[in-house]
Amino acid sequence: MNSNVKAITQKRTGTLVTLFSFCLLIMILISSSMGYVDIGFKEISNIILWKITNNAEFVSDIPEKFRVIIVDIRLPRILTCAAVGGALAVSGALFQGILLNPLADPYTLGVSAGAAFGACIAILLNLGAYFVSIPLFAFTGAISTLFLVIFLSESSNNPNSAFSSNNLILSGIITAAILSAGISFLKYMADEQVSVIIFWLMGSFASKTWMDVLAVSSFLTIGFFISILFARDLNLISLGEKAASSLGVDIKKVVVVLLVTGSLLAAISVSVSGIIGFVGLLIPHMVRLITGPDNLKVIPLSMIAGATLLLFADTITRAVLVHEIPIGVLTALIGGPVFCWIFKKSQQK
Amino acid sequence: MKIKVKNLSFAHDIDKNDGAKTKADKTINNFNIEFTEGKFYSLLGPNGSGKTTFLDLLTGFLKPATGSIFLDNQNILSFSRKELAKKIALVSQDYYINFPYTVKEVVTMGRHPYMGRFSSLDKEDINIVNDVAATTEINNLMARKITRLSGGERQRCIFARALCQKTPVLLLDEAFSNMDINHSFNLLKNIKKQIKETNITIISVFHDINFASIWSDKMIFLKKGEIIASGSPEKVMTEKFIKRVYSIDAKIEHNKFANAKQVYFSTN
Repeated sequence: MNSNVKAITQKRTGTLVTLFSFCLLIMILISSSMGYVDIGFKEISNIILWKITNNAEFVSDIPEKFRVIIVDIRLPRILTCAAVGGALAVSGALFQGILLNPLADPYTLGVSAGAAFGACIAILLNLGAYFVSIPLFAFTGAISTLFLVIFLSESSNNPNSAFSSNNLILSGIITAAILSAGISFLKYMADEQVSVIIFWLMGSFASKTWMDVLAVSSFLTIGFFISILFARDLNLISLGEKAASSLGVDIKKVVVVLLVTGSLLAAISVSVSGIIGFVGLLIPHMVRLITGPDNLKVIPLSMIAGATLLLFADTITRAVLVHEIPIGVLTALIGGPVFCWIFKKSQQK
Repeated sequence: MKIKVKNLSFAHDIDKNDGAKTKADKTINNFNIEFTEGKFYSLLGPNGSGKTTFLDLLTGFLKPATGSIFLDNQNILSFSRKELAKKIALVSQDYYINFPYTVKEVVTMGRHPYMGRFSSLDKEDINIVNDVAATTEINNLMARKITRLSGGERQRCIFARALCQKTPVLLLDEAFSNMDINHSFNLLKNIKKQIKETNITIISVFHDINFASIWSDKMIFLKKGEIIASGSPEKVMTEKFIKRVYSIDAKIEHNKFANAKQVYFSTN
């Protein structure tokens, strides 16, 4: 009987992955067709087939303008957005598992503040003209913050439990607070540049290129693979350090690997698109309501759901609203109330 | 499986600038003791006497400052974590779980040391989980969320998880503290049976001296990080020892019904 139950749940996860992927695909198609110029699904699929097969027959009757809009403008933005959504959601699931706290998110450890600080410096030094410099500074800021936080939370007493979740959260909050003050100072120094900083901080997917797609999706692929590899260990860590250790988990190794993975995913996301809140917090929560807390299911489903929902939000701000509002603001405005609702509901159960 | 502890010392809060350690700072001070297979050992002593720390050293969760622990003549530090998890299981004092796993998921995690990264449960794993669930009487809890159970029920699930590890050594850290007497006795009877059948070794921390006296083959009394007595209940459970360990007056008698020495306290 038990093996039957298992088979059913495994099948169910498979079905869910298929279903979610299908939704994502539909969302990508819908999003590609929407915008200043409406482009039909048939044209879009033909353009995509043309790009994949390199067979010019597919696009013989499609105007050059449409091809440029889809291939050079919409698809890079859409795919960057989907990859960032996936990366933030996976990162959120990892942090919630490592910090034993369902309320943790990719930014709990101050990674976003670090990235923002880096980006502010780049903007202030007027390096924005070189197109990689803001992302590069943001990324460096995020990674340096991560290592500072790890350094702060390491205690020499107990080699195994060097990263207690309390230590990590506290170090993260302190570091983020200092960096926020630093950002305020940089804004104060920035004079007329201040609007650039503010807009960057609110997040946007406008004018993303295939370079961005490549950068985020390669991080996401590697990060996802590592997360799945350690998903079962992450499950055990949520039983508590001592229990996990006695069940054969090398806690320090697993925590360091997943901490770095989660932070890299957050860092690459922030450096490409600015700070987008609530995706990393909300998506794993929603997925857990469907699958239960098993990370072997939560991580893949969160990735796909995160991609779909962030793309949905970005499509609204890009193609539905009269004026494009920053995506970070939109996700907070939608995600905040939704989170409150889920949170309240899960309390009542 | 034989456990040999040699010159084992450990201190919390190691101050690197101040290498000189006084004896009083040590949580575990120069333990020399052997545990043989097929025996039930109980660890007793006041709070902070080093019982839990000693178990943590046995599982390799803490690293000794000096001295070593051998499992069948092999230093436990030379085992990989997963190998060690096949030898020693622990029911820890802390059984709080923050995520709403089902009991079945939690109990099944006891098979983790035997599973590859991507392999799922095989038939043997499932049989073991089902057997353990039956003997620990948690069949009716299996589908429920661990976060919704009472303390005693959760403790039984954690116990079941440790039994699923099928280890020759089982460490219990106040594993019965929240269980009712019926469930604790059933579990202990089951363990006694396993000791007979498969020759496993049990080391259990108890606070209840009478409880320990009924079940143990050997009692080990700790105080301030030192072993001050070890031997059969008949031998070490004396009024003098209880006074020395807990600084409290006690009366000890052999109780016919329990067929063991029992201790009585008075408020006077």
